[in-house]
Amino acid sequence: MVAIASYPQTQVYPTIEQDIYLPYLAEIADIRPMTALEKVFTIELPKGMSLGHRPGQFMEVSVFGVGEAPISISSSPSRSNGTFELCVRKVGDVTTALHSLKPGDKIGLRGPFGRGFPYENFRGKDILFVPGGLGLAPLRSLINQVLDERALYGRVIILYGARNPGELLFKDELKAWGERDDVELYVTVDRGDETWSGNVGVVTTLFKHISIYPRNTVGITCGPPVMYRFVLMEFFGKGISEGNIYLSLERRMKCGVGKCGHCQINNIYACQSGPVFSYREIKGLEEAL
Amino acid sequence: MSLTILSKQAFQDFVARMLADYRVAGPTPKNGSYVFEEIHDPSELCMDYPTTLLPPKKFLLPTKEVLFKYTRQNGGVLQDPPETPPTVLLGVHTCDLHAIQLLDTVFSSGHYDVHYMNRRKKTIIVSIECLSPCDEHSFCKSMGTLTADEGYDLHLTDLGDRYAVDVGTKAGEELLAKYATVKTADKEDIQQLNAVISAKWPKFPYRLDFDVSELPSILELNMKSPLWQELGDRCLACAACTNVCPTCFCFDVKDEVELNLVDGQRVRQWDSCQLDEFATVAGGHNFRASRALRQRHRFMRKGKYILDAHKHLGCVGCGRCARACLVDITPVGVFNELYRQQEAGS
Repeated sequence: MVAIASYPQTQVYPTIEQDIYLPYLAEIADIRPMTALEKVFTIELPKGMSLGHRPGQFMEVSVFGVGEAPISISSSPSRSNGTFELCVRKVGDVTTALHSLKPGDKIGLRGPFGRGFPYENFRGKDILFVPGGLGLAPLRSLINQVLDERALYGRVIILYGARNPGELLFKDELKAWGERDDVELYVTVDRGDETWSGNVGVVTTLFKHISIYPRNTVGITCGPPVMYRFVLMEFFGKGISEGNIYLSLERRMKCGVGKCGHCQINNIYACQSGPVFSYREIKGLEEAL
Repeated sequence: MSLTILSKQAFQDFVARMLADYRVAGPTPKNGSYVFEEIHDPSELCMDYPTTLLPPKKFLLPTKEVLFKYTRQNGGVLQDPPETPPTVLLGVHTCDLHAIQLLDTVFSSGHYDVHYMNRRKKTIIVSIECLSPCDEHSFCKSMGTLTADEGYDLHLTDLGDRYAVDVGTKAGEELLAKYATVKTADKEDIQQLNAVISAKWPKFPYRLDFDVSELPSILELNMKSPLWQELGDRCLACAACTNVCPTCFCFDVKDEVELNLVDGQRVRQWDSCQLDEFATVAGGHNFRASRALRQRHRFMRKGKYILDAHKHLGCVGCGRCARACLVDITPVGVFNELYRQQEAGS
């Protein structure tokens, strides 16, 4: 078993007197409908507060009377100025309640929690992003961070797959990325429709379109649980080393602070050691994928 | 620290006097078993008890507790977790003492848990030395929890008509000074204490077929043992084992709403990794979907994961899970079978 590396993270609760379970209030500044199931919420932090997050970290979001759920931060630190964004799929009690809220409504927040992407280590390298479905939500935070300091990185390749054209997220940004000369974007859907003239097939079918320099490439993926082992096979097939593959793993973090046990992967608490891991860190963990 | 003597009558007076200032809980008989319960008179206590259904953990980590209260008007949070009264826990066995030390580590390390720790800081523990095994399910001697050298404020050893009292902390010393009439142990008391402890040791059997220091590696090497599937086939996923465990600390967090639909409270309550939905995520995927994987997770936590993370074993050998299990899944049985398979395979 490889030790889980630690690198500087935001210190969320600097004093022991603070209650780790007590949320603070923040206001919903804007809500953008994205698909039939997803909305993007812009959250305004209390005055003078900065989130200080890292791409890949998550928040515990409260709708009082309904409960609390872990939701990944979708905006990049480079674009967070007193606000941040959450891309929320309506799938459970809390997210359904969130979808019924309006701008000006208040929600409870704790976090950011977890270990995000060590993107400083990616500088000078080519990055191959492989988001699947809602997996684009956390990866968008990292993609925009990289694009906002574009000169520090090598190639930026994005292979994005969704189930159907109606479920593609952040279509405006996809369009903008596709138009950039310094981003190589490939999009596919599992099932097309009459509006769709692009690729059809699961996200792994996009790998045939790209050639990479494996020793200098970082492969990053996030998506539904079923996707990981197939994307890993493609990463290995392209020659990317285990230590250069990063995955963000989904778990139900109920406390976010390494106590409640719900997010445990073998001996690892995903809310503390993850949710972002290198493949080398988790390959010995049978329950990881 | 120091050894004093408290006659049995003086102990009754000691408890009666502290009742004025403390919530006092201890072992009491109930329906043919014993439970830790708040008492209002020393006569309710039964200090010479075999084991309790639930461990004293419930006074530190209640089955359900309020984390904060909220009002949906203006989306406000009211920071108002109810106060816990100063508490004395009497008659805690040393297995449970070891378990509380683990809980202390879990809730004070990493992110500090004010709810548990505030309650813990207000709790004085008066433990008692076990002089004979509670029944065939306990295996404290194998787990190294047959006695304890720390974790208590006062520690009693029954010398027949009196208790030898070891003072473990300043708080214990003060409790004794304020509420008890004691005498310093003399040579005869110490001789009898020695005799009692010497007589105790051989009464407890070693029940693991190997030394407990080997337990983590036995578990690690047996991740793929067919035994997990056998356990999964028998397990009813009823979570009785984790509900009675003195070291289980996993919890669920949820909101409760008052009938006015405006006010409410966020609570946490005991949860169990043995329940089907424990590792299920919002999209419906269950990362530990089979009972076999959940049983394996439980035993891995008890014998390895928790030790790795907190330097305390997650099993203290109290035997409660073995007594509670309807299909006879017992830690002694599981650990010994894994050891046997490993020896047979190597």
